[in-house]
Amino acid sequence: MSSDGIDKSRRRFLTAATTVVGGAGVVAVAVPFLASWNPSARARSAGAPVEADISKLEAGQQIIVKWQGKPVWIVRRDEEALASLPKIEPELRDPASDESIQPAYTKNQHRSIKPEYLVVVGICTHLGCSPTYRPEITADWMGGFFCPCHGSKFDFAARVYKGVPAPTNLVIPPHKFVAENVVLIGEDGEA
Amino acid sequence: MSKDNNLLGWIDARFPLSKMWEDHLSKYYAPKNFNFWYFFGSLALLVLVLQIVTGIFLTMQYKPDGATAFASVEYIMRDVDWGWLLRYMHSTGASAFFIVVYLHMFRGLMYGSYQKPRELLWLFGMLIFLALMAEAFMGYLLPWGQMSYWGAQVIISLFGAIPVIGDDITLWIRGDFVISDATLNRFFALHVIAVPLILVMLVVMHVLALHEVGSNNPDGVEIKKNKDENGIPLDGIPFHPYYSVKDIVGVVVFLILFSIVVFFMPEMNGYFLEHANFEPANPFKTPPHIAPVWYFTPFYAILRAVPDKLMGVIGMFSAIIVLFLLPWFDRGKVHSIRYRSTAFKGLLVMFVISFVALGYLGAIPATETRTWFARLFTLGYFSYFFGLWFISKNENTKPVPERVTS
Repeated sequence: MSSDGIDKSRRRFLTAATTVVGGAGVVAVAVPFLASWNPSARARSAGAPVEADISKLEAGQQIIVKWQGKPVWIVRRDEEALASLPKIEPELRDPASDESIQPAYTKNQHRSIKPEYLVVVGICTHLGCSPTYRPEITADWMGGFFCPCHGSKFDFAARVYKGVPAPTNLVIPPHKFVAENVVLIGEDGEA
Repeated sequence: MSKDNNLLGWIDARFPLSKMWEDHLSKYYAPKNFNFWYFFGSLALLVLVLQIVTGIFLTMQYKPDGATAFASVEYIMRDVDWGWLLRYMHSTGASAFFIVVYLHMFRGLMYGSYQKPRELLWLFGMLIFLALMAEAFMGYLLPWGQMSYWGAQVIISLFGAIPVIGDDITLWIRGDFVISDATLNRFFALHVIAVPLILVMLVVMHVLALHEVGSNNPDGVEIKKNKDENGIPLDGIPFHPYYSVKDIVGVVVFLILFSIVVFFMPEMNGYFLEHANFEPANPFKTPPHIAPVWYFTPFYAILRAVPDKLMGVIGMFSAIIVLFLLPWFDRGKVHSIRYRSTAFKGLLVMFVISFVALGYLGAIPATETRTWFARLFTLGYFSYFFGLWFISKNENTKPVPERVTS
């Protein structure tokens, strides 16, 4: 064969076409590998709604329920705690919860369906630590939640203070009361 | 060549064994004026081998399972013959790796080893550093203690700061709604297979790039400029036997220090193995004080110093990125600190103080005063790079000798 008549543009086109098709194949075959990192069917089903019995919860107490593997707190707030909510608002970053995540039916001052019962995901919106419940009111602490990792502070409605690293209020999960003293976490209900 | 008749000749006709030996050891000419700071490259290689060997043997007993991981580590410590030694060598090796790598990098800063023509060599080195940080971070999750768990939770949450897609990315990395068995299992795979493979490949490329351009030296002069009639640098000596023997001295001293830690203080008072990590992971309870292992604390301090979540994350990653770009921040022609200006020396001192101070601040709980200090030293850290760019254009340097000084 003679090498005189090399059609360079044809060769370039074929090289480019092969590269593009091969590249598309690589991208396509990467999908199953990357998708295998998504939460598996088992992990997703473990995220199903969970019920919590709150009949034994006394005023001021907190219980922790596991939902989607996350700690969900149910706190029964006493009169003093509820009374602190309006007073503390000037110190909060997002008092009306406009930038925070919660179901529409809990976007109120007490951030809950029933004012007494706060249901909230106990994971700091900063870097995912679990804040601690600090209900005791002292001269320089109005009560609420404190994150030990980076010092974020939240009030009794899990609303974030100004000047701390956490950007938004703690997340309220979808939940509803299926009976007087039973909360179903993970499923929306009516207000 | 009359080697064709023996075994070596037979091999050499089929594989470049003698050629590789000569190119990289017996006829690789390194400057004759290497000093103390030139031990750390070969020591890093030694630690890499140590980590791979101890790591392989640890995987034979360890269980990458959320329910059994913690117990399997304790099983290695108590029931496996010499298991405690394997584990302590591996955990101490992780810290030793960062000590020698940080000293190795500091050597590069002092003698301008990143400057032209060694930019790519520096970039490969930085990629090794990055891979090493990934390797250490994922390895730290495996014992499945409280600090493993919450440290990983904090670091993975960093990706949540990315606007719009952040939450989906963290979910994808974890493979679950929180750190869980799925996360542990994939980190095990990455720690044991994926990252070590990348690490070894990068080390090979780092050494190949080094041997292509030749080693820098404490005087920062090119030994290739002055060659004898055979084309051998006048100031060069063959790596083997001269530096292979010198490095063995370094290895002996290093192993003495390493053994002291392994046998007498493997936890290093909570700096190599944190106290909170002797408690099994508990997703419901965050330890009161979360701090990464010491080698990450400078970057962690930068993260905490910035009051905004996204900006903090950007600041922390920028601290790594500026290191990558160092060859282009430095516009100077003089390599070594010996012949550079007082301004350069001042900047380098400031950088080292800032780095060490940030490392200290990142290891202790933050208070308001400490946060202000962290901000100050963060400024010091970054000022090095911008200051270097500024002063290196018209730097008042001393005359550089033609040949290396003894």
